[in-house]
Amino acid sequence: MSDKPQFFGLHAQPGPYLTWALAAIPFILAIVIYMVAADIRHKENPQDKLLPNLSQMTDAAKRMAMDEDRRSGKILLWSDTAASLKRLAVGVALAAVVGLLLGLNMGLFPGMHVMLASGLTFISMIPPLSILPILFIMVGVDELAKVTLIFIGIFPVIARDILMAVNKIPREQITKALTLGATHLEVAYKIVLPQILPRLLESVRLALGAAWLFLIAAEAIAANEGLGYRIFLVRRYLAMDVIIPYVFWITILGFLFDSMLRLLLKKKFAWYVARG
Amino acid sequence: MNEKNNAPKLLHIENVYKQYGEKMILDNIDLIVNEGEFCTVVGPSGCGKSTLLRLILGQEPPTEGRLLLDGKPVGYPNTDRGIVYQRYSLFPHLTVLENVMLGPSLKLGLMERRRRKTELRDEAMHYLQHVNLHLHGNKYPHELSGGMQQRVAIAQALIMKPRILLMDEPFGALDPQTREDMQIFLLELWEQEKMTIFFVTHDLEEALYLGTRIFALSQYYSDDRGHDHKKRGAKIVSDHKLPSAVASNEIKHTPEFLALLETIRKDAFEKDHLQHVREFNLKHPDSYQTLTEEESNHRG
Ligand SMILES: Nc1ncnc2c1ncn2[C@@H]1O[C@H](COP(=O)(O)OP(=O)(O)OP(=O)(O)O)[C@@H](O)[C@H]1O
Ligand SMILES: [Mg+2]
Repeated sequence: MSDKPQFFGLHAQPGPYLTWALAAIPFILAIVIYMVAADIRHKENPQDKLLPNLSQMTDAAKRMAMDEDRRSGKILLWSDTAASLKRLAVGVALAAVVGLLLGLNMGLFPGMHVMLASGLTFISMIPPLSILPILFIMVGVDELAKVTLIFIGIFPVIARDILMAVNKIPREQITKALTLGATHLEVAYKIVLPQILPRLLESVRLALGAAWLFLIAAEAIAANEGLGYRIFLVRRYLAMDVIIPYVFWITILGFLFDSMLRLLLKKKFAWYVARG
Repeated sequence: MNEKNNAPKLLHIENVYKQYGEKMILDNIDLIVNEGEFCTVVGPSGCGKSTLLRLILGQEPPTEGRLLLDGKPVGYPNTDRGIVYQRYSLFPHLTVLENVMLGPSLKLGLMERRRRKTELRDEAMHYLQHVNLHLHGNKYPHELSGGMQQRVAIAQALIMKPRILLMDEPFGALDPQTREDMQIFLLELWEQEKMTIFFVTHDLEEALYLGTRIFALSQYYSDDRGHDHKKRGAKIVSDHKLPSAVASNEIKHTPEFLALLETIRKDAFEKDHLQHVREFNLKHPDSYQTLTEEESNHRG
């Protein structure tokens, strides 16, 4: 076994350096292709806006992240980020709490299931973006509409995911809890709830992508600050040098939240991670 | 039916049927279990041993008939009955100590639980010591071996001091050596705690070794309902008193004992050995059987 393959075949075991190098390849490739393409366009027209080169983008990013906006006096990148994250956090938190409570109670109590199951399935079939106009008409174009869109977009998914997790808990455990003297509510909130909290974290991780989608869409249509608003605003001037760094920034934020949730899971729910 | 024995009846099962859809699983079961008995239940796979346990536990109702515990209908699962399964007995999100403390602390209100925290801990530690796991209190179930997990599950059930401890193949997933250790361990506990145990296993030798009473559940028998009767379910086809293993280990190697093993094996596990309902080996003093007219046309 001295000549373990590093890359090819079923038995490949890339070493630590190679692992880093391999993981970097797709990124490097994408950057190189972009730079070559940008270079070709800039040879034809040094003022090209469609594929800005690196210096154009860093200039724009610096401007957005450090200079105060002349009209509002705010530093745009940060005020946009704060506005967007607030909407995202409130929407996702609400969806998580409601999804958890719905899934838990529906999974355990047949009465709740009968009452809510078809309603939940129905709601989850509505394409959330299609009701955005309704939201704007009903709750106005301010914060509430955006938060509501995120909430409606992801809570059914979380609720159904939690419901499935609750259904997977062996019946024996619930019987066991009853023989230890637990009341019905104690079974729900002391035995089952703590066991599905880690599943909730995973659920939220998966739902975050959709949450961003709804946030950007709502901001694009009606807002006066926010990451999505800015991207769609500067699109009018073909300001790719702003758009690309913004998209990059959103990606980093998404990656950051995902990693945070993953770490939290590992730290707080070792028993769950260990069971696989 | 049971006048000669004056010990209090703990569990009384009378004319119990259990049917899933069209399929009859338990077919007119009658059983009396007295306090302090170590009852072992054997039978072929799928004959309905776990089903009987679920009925006693109250997890499911019988299709017909009555199950009484201390003279009262068993009702839904509660603290009267403890249960140890082959798996899933422990709560994965709680440490060993928390698993054992869970029962006693559920009884108390929030304030009371705070106030008596150390008392609860000490009690749980006492039981963990009993099962020889006091050094592992802070571990999670997934960090323990199968045998250790089962010992925690036993402590978790014992601390509630149930009227009857139900066990469904609790050692079924253990390797032979661990299994033997656990058997000795369980017998010692039973001696000390004077419990009533209802122990399901598909291992006849284990059942004979552990029990003070053994009975076999089986669908391999005949009756007067005709050979092609569709809805025949399992009955208690064999019921015997056993010398306590704790009292003497030697008895369990005598010729009579080996003969008993062979009898039960034939009665319960052999497909072609069909005893008539009137000829079952119901030798235990507490055993009784009420047959319907259909099952037994014979009068007298
Ligand atoms: N919920 C259910 N619905 C339908 N059939 C069931 C149900 N539970 C059990 N059965 C059937 O009842 C029969 C008895 O099952 P049970 O689990 O009691 O057998 P067992 O004697 O414990 O078997 P084993 O030794 O394999 O554990 C089986 O044929 C099984 O398929
Ligand atoms: Mg079984």
